[in-house]
Amino acid sequence: MKKSPYVSGLAALLMIAGLAAPALAGSEDVIVENAWSRASIGVNRPGAAYMTIRNTGDDAVTLTGLTSQLAAMPQIHETKTNADGVSSMTPAGEITIEPGESVALEPGGLHAMLMKLQNPMIEGETFPLTLTFSDGGEVTVEVPILGIAARGPEG
Amino acid sequence: MQRRTALGYGAAALGVMGLTLFVGWWRVDGPGAPDPAGKRPLPLSAMDFRLTDHEGNQVGPETLIGRPTMVFFGFTYCPDVCPTTLSDISGWLDDLGDEAARMNVVFITVDPERDTVAAMADYVSYFHPAIRGWTGPEVQIARAADGFRASYERVPTEGGDYTMNHTASVFLFDAKGELVTMIDYHEPREFAVPKIRRALTEDVEEAT
Repeated sequence: MKKSPYVSGLAALLMIAGLAAPALAGSEDVIVENAWSRASIGVNRPGAAYMTIRNTGDDAVTLTGLTSQLAAMPQIHETKTNADGVSSMTPAGEITIEPGESVALEPGGLHAMLMKLQNPMIEGETFPLTLTFSDGGEVTVEVPILGIAARGPEG
Repeated sequence: MQRRTALGYGAAALGVMGLTLFVGWWRVDGPGAPDPAGKRPLPLSAMDFRLTDHEGNQVGPETLIGRPTMVFFGFTYCPDVCPTTLSDISGWLDDLGDEAARMNVVFITVDPERDTVAAMADYVSYFHPAIRGWTGPEVQIARAADGFRASYERVPTEGGDYTMNHTASVFLFDAKGELVTMIDYHEPREFAVPKIRRALTEDVEEAT
């Protein structure tokens, strides 16, 4: 996908302002709240980011993937813990959010798994993470990086 | 003839009922019942494994006896469950304050290939200072997991890497090394902290 320098510049400006980039269709009603992530130790271990994705529109939206400069392979994963207390993690696939509903990416459930980190995640910094939707729309959120022992968006 | 048929049906029905009851008994209370002790971790005194802590000390189950103990399994390349458990535990220890100093808190890796002593030292330094990181040869990790009745499994991921499925519960033992209870993964602190206090008090009661 080729973007004109003007569009890229605008997107960058909006990202700096902490606003979602304008979406193409349908997904413009998606609001991302309370995004946060934990600092990493170097780049060898995968990182994780959490957030609430709210669909304020009248149509269902389907989250199909993630992109980020920070990680070469970002993916939504889901942690499940069975009756024996064994936790496992698998790619979550596409996630449909009905109108008026929201999906929480939070510890122990869904999370944005940031595989193949390109840079270390440093506490106090932020990074842009783009959510892509089935209607071709994208929502970019600026994710704050909290301490490695953070428990939620407040630290 | 008809009466005999009815009797036959009756006998058959009784037979089925009897068989059902027998099967039920076999599976619930009889020899076919799941062994309730099978899932329960052994007392620490009955375990046998040799590992190395993040400061290079030789450690084993006997290292833990004499103080109440909290143990959990994980790996440092784990992006979600393990940092969540470690930060939950750090929060519980903060709640316990000075009492936390009376406990052993041990994080045993299930991924010794990547979690060397140095990797464990680096990782645990970011969490509560009471948390110790133990690693060692795969065969010893397997013996430790067996003692705790914990399980783990290596699972390849898309990018050519691998992740580990593993028991995410936290095990609590009293100072004698007997299991007190278990804390589920990401259990809220209002349930977790009283459980830890129980492990600490059982120790006091037994000591007096």
